[in-house]
Amino acid sequence: MNEPIYFDNNATTKIDEEVIATMLPYLQTYYGNPSSMHTFGGQVGRAVREARGQVASLLGAQESEIIFTSCGTEGDNAAILAALKAQPNKKQIITTKVEHPAVLNLCRKLEKEGYVVTYLGVDSKGQLDLGELEAALTNDTAVVSIMYANNETGVVFPIEEIGQRVKAYGALFHVDAVQAVGKIPFNLETSSIDFLTLSGHKIHAPKGIGALYVRKGVRFRPHLIGGHQERGRRGGTENVPAIVALGKAAELARKHLPSVAEEQRLRDKLEQGILATIPDAAVNGDPINRLPNTSNIGFKYIEGEAILLSLDQYGICASSGSACTSGSLEPSHVLQALGLPYTVLHGSIRFSLSRFTTEAEIDRALDVLPRIINRLRDLSPFNNDNADWLKEQSLAVSH
Amino acid sequence: MWDYTEKVMEYFHHPRNQGAITEQKEGEKIVTGEVGSIACGDALKLHLKIDEATKTIAEATFQTFGCASAIASSSALTELLKGKTVEEALNVTNHEITEFLGGLPEEKMHCSVMGQEALEAAIYNYKGIPLDNHEESEGNIICSCFGISDTKIKRVIRDNKITTAEQVTNYVKAGGGCSTCLPEIDDILAEIATEEEKSLEVANKIRTQPAVLTNLQKINLIQQVITEQIRPILIEDGGDLELFDVEGDVVKVILKGACDGCASSTETLKNAIENTLQEAILPTLTVEAV
Repeated sequence: MNEPIYFDNNATTKIDEEVIATMLPYLQTYYGNPSSMHTFGGQVGRAVREARGQVASLLGAQESEIIFTSCGTEGDNAAILAALKAQPNKKQIITTKVEHPAVLNLCRKLEKEGYVVTYLGVDSKGQLDLGELEAALTNDTAVVSIMYANNETGVVFPIEEIGQRVKAYGALFHVDAVQAVGKIPFNLETSSIDFLTLSGHKIHAPKGIGALYVRKGVRFRPHLIGGHQERGRRGGTENVPAIVALGKAAELARKHLPSVAEEQRLRDKLEQGILATIPDAAVNGDPINRLPNTSNIGFKYIEGEAILLSLDQYGICASSGSACTSGSLEPSHVLQALGLPYTVLHGSIRFSLSRFTTEAEIDRALDVLPRIINRLRDLSPFNNDNADWLKEQSLAVSH
Repeated sequence: MWDYTEKVMEYFHHPRNQGAITEQKEGEKIVTGEVGSIACGDALKLHLKIDEATKTIAEATFQTFGCASAIASSSALTELLKGKTVEEALNVTNHEITEFLGGLPEEKMHCSVMGQEALEAAIYNYKGIPLDNHEESEGNIICSCFGISDTKIKRVIRDNKITTAEQVTNYVKAGGGCSTCLPEIDDILAEIATEEEKSLEVANKIRTQPAVLTNLQKINLIQQVITEQIRPILIEDGGDLELFDVEGDVVKVILKGACDGCASSTETLKNAIENTLQEAILPTLTVEAV
């Protein structure tokens, strides 16, 4: 088989070779503890500080506002819990129905503990209704947690407009920016965001490292209690090689931000090629306000796992929101929230590109996809909206 | 990624017998069994061409909406059916489908169950039996996410010797949505386990009976097995029966409910009733409907 063609960058990314080269000495040679007072630890401590600066630069933040975490999930959990602890008298949380499980499942747990959670819906393009947000906000709102860009559809929410409304009610504002960082420029200094989460392995750093931005002046109570690391905001000896890697990855992400336009050109070529050659296929989510690297396409009448395994035969890696790929029996909560018809819901595939994606890979995908879709549609008993069986089930539109 | 066997992948990538059956000669009948739905994420249309003279399946094809294991299971089923008589086909189980494929991940067992259900639907169509007579939708809906009734859950538990709610989800999807029905599924599992314990007690009791039964002992035992083992199953399918008389080794029964006038009542008599009585009491017993 040829080299795999990797279109699953919203799941995880290839580690940049420069990142590997930067982190290796901290695995092999500079293994000191950054908290140690000797020189051996001191030089490691300097590397951690440099990494913090690199991450802060990518976000337009100050070094002191960056806390290193183990992953995006930790950042999301730590931010929401800290926001609640900072305002113990407020009991309302506002989030959306399309958040990552790191936010949704925490909110469900908090509901059981007495918090009131409002889950904002999205329209058929996956966009929020800011009127619904306005109506939900009260003086009892402790925190609003809304993702910057959706991991499945790539839909980008109007974060600044949301932030202004949140601030008007005195609530804290957390943004899960795991998918947006590295693809969109940030300047947190002038934003209304109080907490922002990012994850290293989405920006060509290794897995197991992330960062949480906490606006200067916002009360923060640590989620992980331990030593004085991270200025007492997160206990535990620092994962230095990963932190150094994240710093380098952040520096490279900042450098490559202008070239995101090229990723978008390739994404658009893939998308337009698919729509031109494959009937009954449509882009899921907002076609305009979307991450430049993400395309989520629904192929009617067929099921996602079957598409993925067929693509895999050609060495093409993508992702699906279908139930059959996940072990769960429910299709993606994000695609369900868009109210997609069942004919589309189960057969949606996410293609997510990176700066390493090439034109030849796009061409290869465009060559094999029509054959795969045709083959599976030939196998399917539902081949158009007028299929008798489909009509009987009255399931042209879900929910 | 799922751990599929090579044969599953082979039948997914190169399925045998796909499509509908369009050509039909005199003396042949084409029937279809449809199960599943696009809402649930998998659906199967099984097409059978049956030779009317020999009641043999001359051709079996499929159309499947679903994942790799659903497609492979459907294709495997069509291979298993070729050349079988209609009655032989009715005995094909989801286990045979999975064995044919060298196994399926436990979470994907519902794909093989879907094949078995489509087969039954097709054969019931062939026999002209209204699907409502055997459709599990007759029972109370337990899992509203996937529209699964208690009748279907009980059947799959018995057929596959299932002991946990998680397995029920893997085999029929019930409980795999919002999960609120899982406690009810646990109750059904407990109910069936109690039933089976009782059956075992009866069987043990029978085994301790003297080698030669008096007429009274025989009639009492027949009545007991009918009450405790046979009637509950028939009642679940909308049927019932009553012991009319016992003459020597001939057990005369009156079929009631959906069993009365059902086109497959002969099979019910022989398979469900006679075999059970033979195994439980005497191998020489025969059953007749009056």
